[in-house]
Amino acid sequence: MTAAIEPIVGRYLHLDYAGRHYRIYFESAGEGMPLVCLHTAGADGRQYRGLMNSAPVTTRFRVIAFDMPWHGKSSPPVGWQDEEYRLTADAYTGLIMAVIEALGLDRPVVMGCSIGGRVVLHLALRHPRAFRALIGLESSAHVDPYYDTGWLHRADVHGGEVAAGAVSGLVAPQAPPADRWETLWHYMQSGPGVFKGDLYFYGIDGDVRGEIGRIDTAQCPLYLLTGEYDYSCTPEDTLAVARAVRGAQVTIMKQLGHFPMSENPALFLSYLEPVLADIAARG
Amino acid sequence: MGGAALAVELEGLESRLAALPDRVNGDAVLLRRGRYLNTTAQLDFGEASVLLRIGDGRIAELQRNPSVMPSADFAIIGEPAIWRRFLAADPPPGDHDLFAFLKRRELRVVGDLHPLMSHLLYWKGVLAHLRDAPR
Repeated sequence: MTAAIEPIVGRYLHLDYAGRHYRIYFESAGEGMPLVCLHTAGADGRQYRGLMNSAPVTTRFRVIAFDMPWHGKSSPPVGWQDEEYRLTADAYTGLIMAVIEALGLDRPVVMGCSIGGRVVLHLALRHPRAFRALIGLESSAHVDPYYDTGWLHRADVHGGEVAAGAVSGLVAPQAPPADRWETLWHYMQSGPGVFKGDLYFYGIDGDVRGEIGRIDTAQCPLYLLTGEYDYSCTPEDTLAVARAVRGAQVTIMKQLGHFPMSENPALFLSYLEPVLADIAARG
Repeated sequence: MGGAALAVELEGLESRLAALPDRVNGDAVLLRRGRYLNTTAQLDFGEASVLLRIGDGRIAELQRNPSVMPSADFAIIGEPAIWRRFLAADPPPGDHDLFAFLKRRELRVVGDLHPLMSHLLYWKGVLAHLRDAPR
Protein backbone atom coordinates (compact mmCIF):
# COMPACT_ATOMS: atom_id res chain seq x y z
CA MET A 1 0.00 0.00 0.00
CA THR A 2 1.08 3.57 -0.66
CA ALA A 3 -0.61 6.70 0.58
CA ALA A 4 -0.11 10.44 0.43
CA ILE A 5 -1.92 13.49 1.79
CA GLU A 6 -2.11 16.59 -0.34
CA PRO A 7 -1.15 19.97 1.15
CA ILE A 8 -4.61 21.40 0.38
CA VAL A 9 -6.68 22.40 3.41
CA GLY A 10 -10.45 22.89 3.18
CA ARG A 11 -12.59 24.97 5.54
CA TYR A 12 -16.02 26.58 5.68
CA LEU A 13 -16.69 30.30 5.81
CA HIS A 14 -19.97 31.61 7.20
CA LEU A 15 -20.83 34.85 5.48
CA ASP A 16 -23.78 37.21 5.68
CA TYR A 17 -24.04 39.05 2.41
CA ALA A 18 -26.84 41.02 0.76
CA GLY A 19 -29.36 39.91 3.36
CA ARG A 20 -28.68 36.19 3.11
CA HIS A 21 -26.52 33.76 5.01
CA TYR A 22 -24.03 31.63 3.11
CA ARG A 23 -21.91 28.66 4.11
CA ILE A 24 -19.01 28.74 1.69
CA TYR A 25 -16.42 26.04 1.24
CA PHE A 26 -12.90 27.13 0.37
CA GLU A 27 -9.57 25.42 -0.02
CA SER A 28 -6.12 26.89 0.33
CA ALA A 29 -2.54 25.81 -0.12
CA GLY A 30 0.79 27.56 0.01
CA GLU A 31 2.23 30.74 1.45
CA GLY A 32 2.84 34.15 0.00
CA MET A 33 0.91 36.48 -2.28
CA PRO A 34 -2.80 35.57 -2.19
CA LEU A 35 -4.09 34.09 -5.45
CA VAL A 36 -7.87 33.61 -5.51
CA CYS A 37 -9.13 31.16 -8.14
CA LEU A 38 -12.66 31.23 -9.58
CA HIS A 39 -14.16 28.09 -11.09
CA THR A 40 -16.20 27.78 -14.28
CA ALA A 41 -19.98 27.66 -14.57
CA GLY A 42 -21.56 24.52 -13.15
CA ALA A 43 -18.34 23.31 -11.55
CA ASP A 44 -16.38 24.00 -8.36
CA GLY A 45 -12.99 24.76 -6.91
CA ARG A 46 -11.64 21.25 -7.44
CA GLN A 47 -10.75 22.43 -10.92
CA TYR A 48 -7.69 24.09 -9.39
CA ARG A 49 -6.27 21.11 -7.53
CA GLY A 50 -3.38 20.83 -9.98
CA LEU A 51 -2.39 24.40 -9.22
CA MET A 52 -2.77 23.90 -5.47
CA ASN A 53 -0.56 20.82 -5.58
CA SER A 54 2.18 22.56 -7.57
CA ALA A 55 5.09 23.39 -5.27
CA PRO A 56 6.59 25.98 -7.65
CA VAL A 57 3.31 27.88 -7.31
CA THR A 58 2.60 27.37 -3.62
CA THR A 59 6.07 28.38 -2.49
CA ARG A 60 5.30 31.89 -3.76
CA PHE A 61 1.51 32.13 -3.63
CA ARG A 62 -1.21 31.32 -1.15
CA VAL A 63 -3.69 29.74 -3.54
CA ILE A 64 -7.33 29.95 -2.50
CA ALA A 65 -10.28 28.46 -4.35
CA PHE A 66 -13.82 28.79 -3.05
CA ASP A 67 -16.98 27.14 -4.28
CA MET A 68 -19.60 29.67 -5.22
CA PRO A 69 -22.88 29.28 -3.30
CA TRP A 70 -24.93 26.46 -4.90
CA HIS A 71 -21.70 24.86 -6.16
CA GLY A 72 -19.48 22.07 -4.87
CA LYS A 73 -19.52 21.85 -1.08
CA SER A 74 -20.98 25.33 -0.58
CA SER A 75 -24.64 25.31 0.35
CA PRO A 76 -27.35 27.12 -1.50
CA PRO A 77 -28.95 29.75 0.74
CA VAL A 78 -31.96 28.91 2.90
CA GLY A 79 -35.08 28.84 0.75
CA TRP A 80 -33.29 27.68 -2.38
CA GLN A 81 -35.92 25.08 -3.09
CA ASP A 82 -38.48 27.74 -3.92
CA GLU A 83 -36.42 29.84 -6.30
CA GLU A 84 -34.65 29.61 -9.64
CA TYR A 85 -30.92 30.21 -9.38
CA ARG A 86 -29.65 32.91 -11.74
CA LEU A 87 -26.20 34.45 -11.39
CA THR A 88 -26.01 38.19 -12.07
CA ALA A 89 -23.01 40.44 -12.55
CA ASP A 90 -23.83 42.40 -9.40
CA ALA A 91 -24.25 39.30 -7.23
CA TYR A 92 -21.14 37.63 -8.62
CA THR A 93 -18.79 40.58 -8.20
CA GLY A 94 -20.31 41.43 -4.82
CA LEU A 95 -19.84 37.94 -3.47
CA ILE A 96 -16.23 37.72 -4.64
CA MET A 97 -15.42 41.00 -2.91
CA ALA A 98 -17.22 39.85 0.25
CA VAL A 99 -15.27 36.58 0.38
CA ILE A 100 -11.98 38.40 -0.13
CA GLU A 101 -12.81 40.80 2.68
CA ALA A 102 -14.05 38.04 4.98
CA LEU A 103 -10.83 36.05 4.48
CA GLY A 104 -8.76 39.18 5.14
CA LEU A 105 -6.91 39.02 1.84
CA ASP A 106 -4.84 42.09 1.00
CA ARG A 107 -4.99 43.01 -2.68
CA PRO A 108 -5.02 39.43 -3.96
CA VAL A 109 -4.40 38.28 -7.47
CA VAL A 110 -7.68 36.93 -8.84
CA MET A 111 -7.71 34.32 -11.59
CA GLY A 112 -10.99 33.10 -13.04
CA CYS A 113 -11.97 30.80 -15.88
CA SER A 114 -14.93 31.09 -18.26
CA ILE A 115 -17.57 32.89 -16.17
CA GLY A 116 -14.64 33.55 -13.86
CA GLY A 117 -12.68 34.88 -16.82
CA ARG A 118 -15.60 37.15 -17.61
CA VAL A 119 -16.04 38.39 -14.07
CA VAL A 120 -12.42 39.48 -13.79
CA LEU A 121 -13.27 42.03 -16.48
CA HIS A 122 -16.10 43.27 -14.26
CA LEU A 123 -13.73 43.35 -11.28
CA ALA A 124 -11.23 45.36 -13.32
CA LEU A 125 -13.94 47.90 -14.09
CA ARG A 126 -15.49 48.09 -10.64
CA HIS A 127 -12.56 47.59 -8.25
CA PRO A 128 -9.32 48.22 -10.14
CA ARG A 129 -7.31 49.13 -7.05
CA ALA A 130 -8.38 46.08 -5.07
CA PHE A 131 -6.10 43.61 -6.87
CA ARG A 132 -2.42 43.20 -7.60
CA ALA A 133 -3.34 41.63 -10.90
CA LEU A 134 -6.20 39.89 -12.65
CA ILE A 135 -5.91 36.77 -14.79
CA GLY A 136 -8.70 35.85 -17.18
CA LEU A 137 -8.72 32.28 -18.44
CA GLU A 138 -11.03 31.72 -21.41
CA SER A 139 -12.05 35.33 -21.00
CA SER A 140 -14.43 37.06 -23.38
CA ALA A 141 -16.63 40.12 -23.17
CA HIS A 142 -19.65 38.14 -24.38
CA VAL A 143 -20.56 34.78 -25.88
CA ASP A 144 -22.76 33.94 -28.84
CA PRO A 145 -25.40 31.32 -27.95
CA TYR A 146 -24.87 27.90 -29.46
CA TYR A 147 -27.38 25.69 -27.71
CA ASP A 148 -30.62 26.07 -25.85
CA THR A 149 -29.64 26.16 -22.18
CA GLY A 150 -33.18 25.05 -21.32
CA TRP A 151 -31.94 21.49 -21.89
CA LEU A 152 -29.71 21.84 -18.86
CA HIS A 153 -32.57 21.90 -16.38
CA ARG A 154 -35.61 19.78 -17.06
CA ALA A 155 -36.83 16.74 -15.23
CA ASP A 156 -36.86 14.47 -18.28
CA VAL A 157 -33.16 14.97 -19.04
CA HIS A 158 -30.41 14.05 -16.56
CA GLY A 159 -28.77 17.36 -15.73
CA GLY A 160 -25.35 15.92 -15.03
CA GLU A 161 -25.29 13.86 -18.20
CA VAL A 162 -26.38 16.71 -20.44
CA ALA A 163 -24.04 19.21 -18.80
CA ALA A 164 -21.06 16.92 -19.34
CA GLY A 165 -22.17 16.27 -22.91
CA ALA A 166 -22.57 19.97 -23.57
CA VAL A 167 -19.05 20.82 -22.44
CA SER A 168 -17.19 17.65 -23.47
CA GLY A 169 -16.04 19.12 -26.76
CA LEU A 170 -14.59 22.12 -24.98
CA VAL A 171 -11.82 19.89 -23.63
CA ALA A 172 -8.91 19.74 -26.07
CA PRO A 173 -8.39 16.36 -27.78
CA GLN A 174 -4.87 16.22 -26.34
CA ALA A 175 -6.07 16.30 -22.70
CA PRO A 176 -4.98 13.27 -20.67
CA PRO A 177 -8.06 11.01 -20.39
CA ALA A 178 -8.01 10.97 -16.58
CA ASP A 179 -8.03 14.77 -16.43
CA ARG A 180 -10.66 15.04 -19.19
CA TRP A 181 -13.05 12.76 -17.37
CA GLU A 182 -12.43 14.31 -13.97
CA THR A 183 -13.28 17.68 -15.51
CA LEU A 184 -16.52 16.21 -16.88
CA TRP A 185 -17.25 14.51 -13.55
CA HIS A 186 -17.38 17.94 -11.91
CA TYR A 187 -20.08 18.90 -14.39
CA MET A 188 -21.95 15.66 -13.77
CA GLN A 189 -22.08 16.51 -10.05
CA SER A 190 -23.56 19.98 -10.34
CA GLY A 191 -26.95 20.61 -8.71
CA PRO A 192 -30.13 20.94 -10.75
CA GLY A 193 -30.22 24.18 -12.72
CA VAL A 194 -26.94 25.53 -11.38
CA PHE A 195 -25.04 25.36 -14.66
CA LYS A 196 -27.98 26.96 -16.44
CA GLY A 197 -28.18 29.66 -13.79
CA ASP A 198 -24.50 30.48 -14.19
CA LEU A 199 -24.94 30.78 -17.93
CA TYR A 200 -27.40 33.60 -17.34
CA PHE A 201 -24.37 35.64 -16.33
CA TYR A 202 -22.17 34.22 -19.10
CA GLY A 203 -24.69 34.72 -21.89
CA ILE A 204 -26.83 37.65 -20.83
CA ASP A 205 -26.22 39.66 -17.68
CA GLY A 206 -22.44 39.63 -17.81
CA ASP A 207 -22.12 41.01 -21.35
CA VAL A 208 -19.48 43.68 -20.90
CA ARG A 209 -18.62 44.54 -24.50
CA GLY A 210 -19.55 48.18 -24.18
CA GLU A 211 -17.44 48.81 -21.10
CA ILE A 212 -14.11 47.03 -21.34
CA GLY A 213 -12.47 49.95 -23.12
CA ARG A 214 -12.50 51.71 -19.74
CA ILE A 215 -10.33 49.05 -18.05
CA ASP A 216 -7.13 50.68 -16.84
CA THR A 217 -4.26 48.19 -16.72
CA ALA A 218 -2.04 50.85 -15.16
CA GLN A 219 -4.14 50.42 -12.02
CA CYS A 220 -4.45 46.67 -12.30
CA PRO A 221 -2.49 44.48 -14.73
CA LEU A 222 -4.67 42.14 -16.80
CA TYR A 223 -3.45 38.85 -18.23
CA LEU A 224 -5.56 36.78 -20.63
CA LEU A 225 -4.91 33.12 -21.48
CA THR A 226 -7.18 31.14 -23.79
CA GLY A 227 -6.97 27.60 -25.14
CA GLU A 228 -6.95 27.17 -28.89
CA TYR A 229 -9.67 24.47 -28.76
CA ASP A 230 -12.14 26.68 -26.89
CA TYR A 231 -15.09 27.36 -29.17
CA SER A 232 -17.16 28.85 -26.34
CA CYS A 233 -14.75 31.66 -25.58
CA THR A 234 -12.73 31.49 -28.78
CA PRO A 235 -9.18 32.76 -29.12
CA GLU A 236 -10.61 35.49 -31.34
CA ASP A 237 -13.01 36.51 -28.55
CA THR A 238 -10.08 36.90 -26.17
CA LEU A 239 -8.00 38.74 -28.74
CA ALA A 240 -10.92 41.15 -29.15
CA VAL A 241 -10.75 41.87 -25.41
CA ALA A 242 -7.00 42.39 -25.68
CA ARG A 243 -7.50 44.85 -28.55
CA ALA A 244 -10.04 46.79 -26.50
CA VAL A 245 -8.02 46.90 -23.29
CA ARG A 246 -4.77 48.75 -23.68
CA GLY A 247 -1.96 46.99 -21.85
CA ALA A 248 -3.70 43.61 -21.54
CA GLN A 249 -1.30 40.73 -22.11
CA VAL A 250 -2.69 37.79 -24.04
CA THR A 251 -1.52 34.22 -24.56
CA ILE A 252 -3.24 31.68 -26.82
CA MET A 253 -2.46 28.25 -25.41
CA LYS A 254 -1.80 25.33 -27.77
CA GLN A 255 -3.43 21.95 -27.15
CA LEU A 256 -5.73 23.34 -24.46
CA GLY A 257 -9.44 24.02 -24.38
CA HIS A 258 -11.94 25.72 -22.09
CA PHE A 259 -10.75 24.15 -18.81
CA PRO A 260 -6.97 24.48 -18.95
CA MET A 261 -6.33 24.17 -15.22
CA SER A 262 -8.20 20.89 -14.88
CA GLU A 263 -8.10 19.28 -18.33
CA ASN A 264 -4.30 19.39 -18.56
CA PRO A 265 -2.79 20.90 -15.40
CA ALA A 266 0.86 20.36 -16.29
CA LEU A 267 0.57 21.96 -19.71
CA PHE A 268 -1.46 24.83 -18.28
CA LEU A 269 1.13 25.51 -15.60
CA SER A 270 3.78 25.89 -18.29
CA TYR A 271 1.73 28.74 -19.75
CA LEU A 272 0.83 30.24 -16.38
CA GLU A 273 4.35 30.29 -14.97
CA PRO A 274 5.59 33.35 -16.92
CA VAL A 275 2.47 35.23 -15.83
CA LEU A 276 2.98 34.34 -12.18
CA ALA A 277 6.66 35.24 -12.42
CA ASP A 278 5.74 38.62 -13.87
CA ILE A 279 3.21 39.26 -11.12
CA ALA A 280 5.63 38.13 -8.40
CA ALA A 281 8.30 40.45 -9.80
CA ARG A 282 5.88 43.38 -9.63
CA GLY A 283 5.40 42.64 -5.93
CA MET B 1 -29.30 11.29 -55.19
CA GLY B 2 -27.57 7.92 -55.29
CA GLY B 3 -24.73 6.42 -53.34
CA ALA B 4 -22.20 7.21 -56.05
CA ALA B 5 -22.64 10.91 -55.53
CA LEU B 6 -22.04 10.44 -51.82
CA ALA B 7 -18.80 8.64 -52.51
CA VAL B 8 -17.57 11.39 -54.80
CA GLU B 9 -18.39 14.22 -52.43
CA LEU B 10 -17.29 12.57 -49.19
CA GLU B 11 -14.50 10.19 -49.93
CA GLY B 12 -14.52 7.20 -47.66
CA LEU B 13 -17.95 7.87 -46.21
CA GLU B 14 -19.54 4.79 -47.75
CA SER B 15 -17.05 2.45 -46.16
CA ARG B 16 -17.23 4.28 -42.88
CA LEU B 17 -21.02 4.06 -42.85
CA ALA B 18 -20.80 0.37 -43.65
CA ALA B 19 -18.52 -0.14 -40.66
CA LEU B 20 -20.54 2.02 -38.27
CA PRO B 21 -23.08 -0.53 -36.94
CA ASP B 22 -20.42 -3.05 -35.98
CA ARG B 23 -18.28 -0.35 -34.40
CA VAL B 24 -21.14 1.06 -32.33
CA ASN B 25 -22.67 -2.31 -31.47
CA GLY B 26 -19.26 -3.60 -30.42
CA ASP B 27 -18.59 -0.66 -28.10
CA ALA B 28 -19.74 -1.84 -24.69
CA VAL B 29 -19.23 1.56 -23.06
CA LEU B 30 -21.30 3.30 -25.70
CA LEU B 31 -24.04 0.69 -25.52
CA ARG B 32 -24.27 1.18 -21.78
CA ARG B 33 -24.54 4.93 -22.26
CA GLY B 34 -27.37 4.45 -24.73
CA ARG B 35 -29.07 1.47 -23.15
CA TYR B 36 -32.43 3.24 -22.81
CA LEU B 37 -32.27 5.05 -26.14
CA ASN B 38 -34.78 4.16 -28.82
CA THR B 39 -35.04 6.59 -31.69
CA THR B 40 -34.47 7.19 -35.37
CA ALA B 41 -31.95 9.81 -36.39
CA GLN B 42 -31.17 11.19 -39.82
CA LEU B 43 -27.80 12.44 -41.02
CA ASP B 44 -28.06 14.69 -44.05
CA PHE B 45 -24.99 15.13 -46.23
CA GLY B 46 -26.25 17.70 -48.67
CA GLU B 47 -28.94 15.97 -50.70
CA ALA B 48 -27.94 12.51 -49.53
CA SER B 49 -29.01 11.13 -46.19
CA VAL B 50 -28.75 8.19 -43.84
CA LEU B 51 -31.30 6.90 -41.35
CA LEU B 52 -30.04 5.35 -38.12
CA ARG B 53 -32.61 3.32 -36.22
CA ILE B 54 -31.44 2.91 -32.63
CA GLY B 55 -32.84 0.21 -30.35
CA ASP B 56 -31.62 0.11 -26.75
CA GLY B 57 -28.50 1.93 -27.87
CA ARG B 58 -27.68 -0.47 -30.71
CA ILE B 59 -27.82 0.49 -34.37
CA ALA B 60 -30.62 -1.83 -35.35
CA GLU B 61 -30.73 -0.54 -38.92
CA LEU B 62 -28.68 1.82 -41.05
CA GLN B 63 -30.51 2.85 -44.20
CA ARG B 64 -28.54 4.75 -46.80
CA ASN B 65 -30.29 7.16 -49.11
CA PRO B 66 -33.83 6.41 -47.96
CA SER B 67 -36.49 7.08 -50.57
CA VAL B 68 -39.17 9.73 -50.38
CA MET B 69 -40.55 10.85 -47.02
CA PRO B 70 -37.97 9.42 -44.61
CA SER B 71 -39.21 9.70 -41.04
CA ALA B 72 -36.87 10.50 -38.17
CA ASP B 73 -37.11 12.03 -34.71
CA PHE B 74 -34.28 14.44 -35.39
CA ALA B 75 -31.70 15.18 -38.06
CA ILE B 76 -28.18 16.55 -38.20
CA ILE B 77 -27.87 18.52 -41.42
CA GLY B 78 -24.87 19.89 -43.26
CA GLU B 79 -23.27 20.26 -46.64
CA PRO B 80 -20.69 17.68 -47.71
CA ALA B 81 -17.85 20.18 -47.43
CA ILE B 82 -18.78 20.77 -43.80
CA TRP B 83 -19.06 17.06 -43.02
CA ARG B 84 -15.67 16.53 -44.66
CA ARG B 85 -14.16 18.90 -42.10
CA PHE B 86 -16.16 17.40 -39.25
CA LEU B 87 -15.05 13.87 -40.15
CA ALA B 88 -11.39 14.72 -40.75
CA ALA B 89 -8.99 12.39 -38.93
CA ASP B 90 -7.30 15.08 -36.85
CA PRO B 91 -9.58 18.09 -37.04
CA PRO B 92 -8.02 21.44 -36.21
CA PRO B 93 -9.29 23.55 -33.32
CA GLY B 94 -12.87 24.56 -33.93
CA ASP B 95 -13.58 21.58 -36.17
CA HIS B 96 -13.34 19.00 -33.41
CA ASP B 97 -16.85 18.92 -31.94
CA LEU B 98 -20.48 18.94 -33.03
CA PHE B 99 -21.32 22.00 -30.94
CA ALA B 100 -18.56 24.04 -32.56
CA PHE B 101 -20.23 23.49 -35.93
CA LEU B 102 -23.64 24.26 -34.46
CA LYS B 103 -22.33 27.52 -33.02
CA ARG B 104 -21.16 28.63 -36.47
CA ARG B 105 -24.47 27.42 -38.00
CA GLU B 106 -22.49 25.12 -40.31
CA LEU B 107 -24.30 22.03 -39.04
CA ARG B 108 -27.93 22.21 -37.93
CA VAL B 109 -30.00 19.95 -35.73
CA VAL B 110 -33.75 19.88 -36.31
CA GLY B 111 -36.72 17.91 -35.04
CA ASP B 112 -37.40 16.54 -31.57
CA LEU B 113 -34.00 17.03 -29.96
CA HIS B 114 -34.78 15.10 -26.77
CA PRO B 115 -33.14 11.86 -28.00
CA LEU B 116 -30.06 13.89 -28.91
CA MET B 117 -29.76 16.14 -25.87
CA SER B 118 -30.62 13.45 -23.33
CA HIS B 119 -27.85 11.26 -24.82
CA LEU B 120 -25.27 13.79 -25.96
CA LEU B 121 -22.22 11.76 -24.94
CA TYR B 122 -23.71 8.74 -26.72
CA TRP B 123 -24.21 10.64 -29.97
CA LYS B 124 -20.78 12.23 -29.79
CA GLY B 125 -19.45 8.70 -29.42
CA VAL B 126 -21.38 7.51 -32.47
CA LEU B 127 -20.06 10.42 -34.53
CA ALA B 128 -16.54 9.69 -33.29
CA HIS B 129 -16.91 6.13 -34.58
CA LEU B 130 -18.01 7.51 -37.94
CA ARG B 131 -14.96 9.77 -38.01
CA ASP B 132 -12.53 7.09 -36.91
CA ALA B 133 -13.82 4.16 -38.99
CA PRO B 134 -11.55 2.88 -41.77
CA ARG B 135 -12.10 4.83 -44.97
